[in-house]
Amino acid sequence: MTSRTRTAAAPPIDIDLEAALAMLAEPAPAALGPSALIAVGLADAYAELPSPLGSIFVAWNARGVSWVDRAIDREAFEARFAAQIGRPLHRARAVPPWLARAIGARLAGDRRAKVKLDLRGRTEFETAVLTKALEIPRGEVRPYGWIAAEIGRPRAVRAVGTALAHNPVPLVVPCHRVVRSDGTIGQYSLGGPAAKRTVLAAEGLDPIAMEAGARAGIRFLGSDTTHIVCLPTCHNAKRITARHRVPFRSLAAATGAGFRACRDCRPASGGVAVAA
Amino acid sequence: MDPDTALAARLAADLDAAFEPLVAAHRDRLYSIALRLLGDSRDAEEVAQDALVRAHRAMAGYDAERIRALRLRPWLAAIVVNLSRNRRRRRDDLRPPLQLEPLLETGLDPGGPSPAMGPHDRAARRETIRALAAALLSLPPGPRAAVILRHVDGLSVAETAAALDRPEGTVKAQVSRGLARLRLHLSEDPDLGPSRRELTA
Repeated sequence: MTSRTRTAAAPPIDIDLEAALAMLAEPAPAALGPSALIAVGLADAYAELPSPLGSIFVAWNARGVSWVDRAIDREAFEARFAAQIGRPLHRARAVPPWLARAIGARLAGDRRAKVKLDLRGRTEFETAVLTKALEIPRGEVRPYGWIAAEIGRPRAVRAVGTALAHNPVPLVVPCHRVVRSDGTIGQYSLGGPAAKRTVLAAEGLDPIAMEAGARAGIRFLGSDTTHIVCLPTCHNAKRITARHRVPFRSLAAATGAGFRACRDCRPASGGVAVAA
Repeated sequence: MDPDTALAARLAADLDAAFEPLVAAHRDRLYSIALRLLGDSRDAEEVAQDALVRAHRAMAGYDAERIRALRLRPWLAAIVVNLSRNRRRRRDDLRPPLQLEPLLETGLDPGGPSPAMGPHDRAARRETIRALAAALLSLPPGPRAAVILRHVDGLSVAETAAALDRPEGTVKAQVSRGLARLRLHLSEDPDLGPSRRELTA
């Protein structure tokens, strides 16, 4: 056998180079198909990511983050995704670094950090609500009515609440920073008011003090040196020292006293539907 | 009806709904073409994925008539060949391919060795594939692409010509020149054992 091979002086009969070339076809790696579908937004990948609420699940595709949930386990997350989004879902080993960094920067309060969102399936109104919520700085809250006024639908306060309750990407879109117009904490899709307090506290807000102020009827805070009036959690309001801090139950009372509205938190938008 | 004609009609009717079947039908061959053009499995995976994404993007901009008229096999092959040609390995890869948990599907390897094969045959087959793949990479780009599309992927001369945007006569000449060079190269492969006679004979 060996000697025959060695001595073979290549007689010119054409055997099967062509057939042998066909053996060079290889099955694609298993991830290729799913990755291609994820890359055109027809499927999603998901992985776990740490958050102030513990480990959360994040789903994404090339269009952006599509679903964030605090499910008890993978099966529960997959079931919820199937019911709500319905696209094929594939488990990834980890959230890719570029996305983890962007989400991390967002959770850390960097509002310039761009996180692409896949909000397909949301109505124009819901998209406007979620996009507006992205503007609320870390450590601050705004009333539902503030969002409604800011997007030009001042009477749609309840609809804003509903849209935020159905936020597909909580934490990334900080719906936890939207509270009831009377200053109480309101509902939260990722585990109710307790979870909402946890996230707000992790962001440097004191939810107990905030709710105590609300119970005392304080809706706005002004400074008697600048004569500017803010929503109570506005970063400008936090800088007012105790002896210059002037609480107001209504914006009308503040403007009546000669205060003008803060341009950062725009309290006029939050002054809707306040029963002082 | 040719399955690709039916698939093109489905894509024309609903691109997103029919795209998954297109991926399922073409991913193996697109990967194989890229793998044999480039010689690196990770590059091939990225190129094949990129080709599918570009195909989707292109079709999203076509009207239904144009999609229905697509000859998917050569059209997709052309995208892979072009991407492979422009491929430069990125030194600083910010977006490595997504690592999915193994394995979502474990389909049988259709081109793999049959279970009836003994270990000796399997080793010989592996050696043949290795030697052929190496020989292909030694070919100049023109003949290499022509031989791969014609004989690894199994396109007709006309389809190969369409995919490479070359006249059929050129493709025929490149294929036969490529095969001749492969034989020459294989006859010089020091590691190629018993299968050499069959391939270079």
